[in-house]
Amino acid sequence: MSRLEDAIRAGRFVVTAELLTVDSGGLDGVRERFEPYEDFADAVNATDNTAAHAHASSVAVAIALKQLGMEPVLQLVCRDRNRLALESDIVGAALHGVENLCCLTGDDVTAGDEPEARRVFDLDSPQLLAMARALAGGHYLSGRKLEPAPHLFLGAVENPAAPPYDYRVDRALKKVAAGAQFLQLQICFERDHLERFMQEAVSSGLAAKAALIPSICLVRTPSALRFIDEKVPGISVPAEFIERVESADDAEEACFQVGLELARHALSLPGVAGLHLISFRREAGIARLCGELAIPTRAEREAHGYRHPVAV
Amino acid sequence: MKPLAFVEAAVKGPIFGCHMCGQCVLHSTGLTCPMNCPKRLRNGPCGGVRPDGHCEVVPEMECVWVKAVERSRRLPWADEIHDLRPPVDNRLWDTSSWRNLVTGRDKQAPAGWHVEA
Repeated sequence: MSRLEDAIRAGRFVVTAELLTVDSGGLDGVRERFEPYEDFADAVNATDNTAAHAHASSVAVAIALKQLGMEPVLQLVCRDRNRLALESDIVGAALHGVENLCCLTGDDVTAGDEPEARRVFDLDSPQLLAMARALAGGHYLSGRKLEPAPHLFLGAVENPAAPPYDYRVDRALKKVAAGAQFLQLQICFERDHLERFMQEAVSSGLAAKAALIPSICLVRTPSALRFIDEKVPGISVPAEFIERVESADDAEEACFQVGLELARHALSLPGVAGLHLISFRREAGIARLCGELAIPTRAEREAHGYRHPVAV
Repeated sequence: MKPLAFVEAAVKGPIFGCHMCGQCVLHSTGLTCPMNCPKRLRNGPCGGVRPDGHCEVVPEMECVWVKAVERSRRLPWADEIHDLRPPVDNRLWDTSSWRNLVTGRDKQAPAGWHVEA
């Protein structure tokens, strides 16, 4: 059983982080990306060609993380591979002990720097989850046996802040029905959307069926916030935040404070099982954020069973 | 394309923007063809839908799934939108879904697909 699965099953607060994209530099290049926050993270996501830009493959990076003693979450998007390739990547990564999967639809090829590429989308994310569950159950999609079956811990993403807003919890429930046991929520700067999602998640029973992990994004410059607002599909940044960091004397500190404020807000909501931390620049304060939020290190959480105080 | 498929394409093309996937799910998607989604998603909207409800890929087009979700709620069988639809069988493109419905061919999911459709 993976460390992440163990923590979630035990009801401990989990911290996951998104590894900066890797292009080269060997294992040292991978290590230096998670070293600043490795004491806090239960697991680190190996991203899959984020924003439709090619990088070192998520399978290779997940295996590298494993070799370096950090637990990986293997991200798989549906954009670049058909069902055969996805099956072989899941099974191949599992051969190296990679158990945590995060199944996503993926940004379209037009969001990237090779928009002329063929988009695949042979499966959608709920179908990918169901296929991964079949693999964990001991057979390929064709029905052919897979023995011994790999142990997998399946997750997905849902975006609380994209229309149709009142369908997002239903879609998350569909992913849970397809096999998802944790959901890393898309970065959400709009507090009202996250609030509504979490309230519905609790009332619909979603929060009891899967670990819901909101994402917090840390940036260092106002232009990064603008970039996210304008260029990243499915994420809007309220003008209030952009104006605040642009007019601040210390813009970098103001950017951090936005992340901290959003993290505090997320932790105040019902049904939150942990946080997924994303920074677009090397060491933009993930460890500091955990410190300010008084989240104990992973070792302390494992030793003392930390659950974050539930908001009333 | 065989004669029946030709007739189906002529009828459903103009009405639903049918792409002749040969395994029609219009019934459960608010009579909105999911194959008009640039990502051809069969199980709901991606996370890239714009705040105005338009498509991530084609900004001038309303998201297929925003329409599907809204329309499905007006149908007596509204719950069918929640069905987990199996992956597309790519052998069925340009065949008649009417014929495949009658023969049950459109319900044949791969043996490893155990989830109830």
